[in-house]
Amino acid sequence: MQDVNWIALSIFVLLFGLITWLGFAAANWRKGDLDLLHEWGLGGRRFGTLITWFLVGGDIYTAYTFIAVPALAFGAGAVAFFAVPYTIVIYPFLYLVFPRLWNVCRKHGYITSGDFVRGRFGNRWLALAMAITGIVATMPYIALQLVGIQVVVGALGISGSGLAADLPLIIAFLVLAAFTYSSGLRAPASIAIVKDILIYVTAFTAIIVIPIELGGFGKIFAAVPAQKLLLAVPGTKTTGAYGSYATLALGSALALFLYPHCLTGILSASSGHAIRRNAAMLPGYSFMLGLLALFGFFAIAAGVANLPEYAGGFKQFGNNFAVPALLLHSFPSWFVGIAFAAIGVGALVPAAIMSIAAANLYTRNIHREFLNKNPSDRQESQMAKWVSLIVKLGALVFILFVPTQYAIQLQLLGGIWIIQTLPSVMLGVYTRWFNDWALLLGWAAGIFAGTAMAVAVNLKPAYPLALGGYTFPGYIAVYTVILNLVVVIVLTPVLNALSARPAPVDQTAAADYYA
Amino acid sequence: MGVLAMNSAQTRRGGWSWWYLLFVVQFVAVLWPPFYNSAAPHWMGIPFFYWYQLLWVVISAVITAVIYLATND
Repeated sequence: MQDVNWIALSIFVLLFGLITWLGFAAANWRKGDLDLLHEWGLGGRRFGTLITWFLVGGDIYTAYTFIAVPALAFGAGAVAFFAVPYTIVIYPFLYLVFPRLWNVCRKHGYITSGDFVRGRFGNRWLALAMAITGIVATMPYIALQLVGIQVVVGALGISGSGLAADLPLIIAFLVLAAFTYSSGLRAPASIAIVKDILIYVTAFTAIIVIPIELGGFGKIFAAVPAQKLLLAVPGTKTTGAYGSYATLALGSALALFLYPHCLTGILSASSGHAIRRNAAMLPGYSFMLGLLALFGFFAIAAGVANLPEYAGGFKQFGNNFAVPALLLHSFPSWFVGIAFAAIGVGALVPAAIMSIAAANLYTRNIHREFLNKNPSDRQESQMAKWVSLIVKLGALVFILFVPTQYAIQLQLLGGIWIIQTLPSVMLGVYTRWFNDWALLLGWAAGIFAGTAMAVAVNLKPAYPLALGGYTFPGYIAVYTVILNLVVVIVLTPVLNALSARPAPVDQTAAADYYA
Repeated sequence: MGVLAMNSAQTRRGGWSWWYLLFVVQFVAVLWPPFYNSAAPHWMGIPFFYWYQLLWVVISAVITAVIYLATND
């Protein structure tokens, strides 16, 4: 490992200190009673268009994204660019479905997807399934944010053994835990503004300066091996790489806003209009993500993998070290400090929102539903604050003691699991036609089949579905949510006919879904 | 604003609008890789595959903005 880069480290620590102060000060921003769960966990639903843009942007485009997408381009090439169509096709869903969900959630005081499903379909076991899926899918996601911090801390030259090696991560974790506990969602919302300014400055500077240093885009792309530059053209009788590229983009888009942290970001907006405006404004981040994906190619062209000073980093972090190495190679230390701070803080924002979202789910749909049915407002928000700590602690332990590869694989499975809540949540916003137990069985079928398919291909996202002599490699989440939906549609009339009980009461009325 | 005008604004906000069909355009444009899986034509040295998809980020944002302006009062 290279020596400690003191200038970069000083700037990194300075910016981190600023963020810490901001996180605690945020408790008094747009002041509300933090003993109410919707104040602590949703910022009082008061964030306008611009704050929502920063918050949801910080939520979707995380530190891990900024490390992992270029790393994929660096290692595998063109396929990494699926992140671009993915972040294009999410916004029609955001525009059409989620303002409706926002309206009904505000009207009834729902703060989680489980709350909505409980009210809509009147089945607490279905709501429990939503909550557990959300929490389990979120945990490895938080762990991967901590990996983002680990990589930049390593790149700053801080190394050691035993506790000393993990100390920076533990400090970052303590800071994160403390300000989330005290300020709730207001903390990541305020920090997201600073973080995004840092990220945009870094990305746009790098996209201009590095190609000039490397002699232009023509030279950069000429350095990329031909088989990495484009998707492999499919052979006969298969949709090949085209099928997996498109389904990966579509499935990831369908799954995204079902994640608890994304829903929390959306529900904290002040109106459905703010959400619709954001569907047009958030592509700003997609564009930046596309540019960042190109950093993987910059790293290939700069040849950082063969430079002796970065050998240790690549050995420890694999391709995830490509972006930090590129930044170290291309920029003076003070700028590296800013860029690394952007990535490090970029990890804190989503990690805070994720832990808040998981805490909301546990508090509302598990604890309140099954353990303490009539908590006071204060008890409820206190419970959520504690759970947010436990969730983060779990993620920290995971990262310290379990190989990173497991967190990546669990996060992959998490995407396949979370999409199984689509019929209940996204379609539930439009129709009450589904039978509640049919939804639960469809969910179970999707979870089971998705896990089995992922295991069958050694925990890769794409499964080669064989039908009538043709092979369709595609994202498992897409295949299994179709299975889920078929089960729900087939079983709904069957279970309705078999059951003597009247359908559970729908708490929501058609007018609740409109402004 | 009269009662009638408010009612029509409500239906427009809650219900279906033909403008939403514009969203289909971006799905087709980016989810069909044969359209763009080629290196030529280059732009500023960037292969088509990459600049085409980046261009669609901008176009999709414009489409969404148009739909917003057309369907929100």
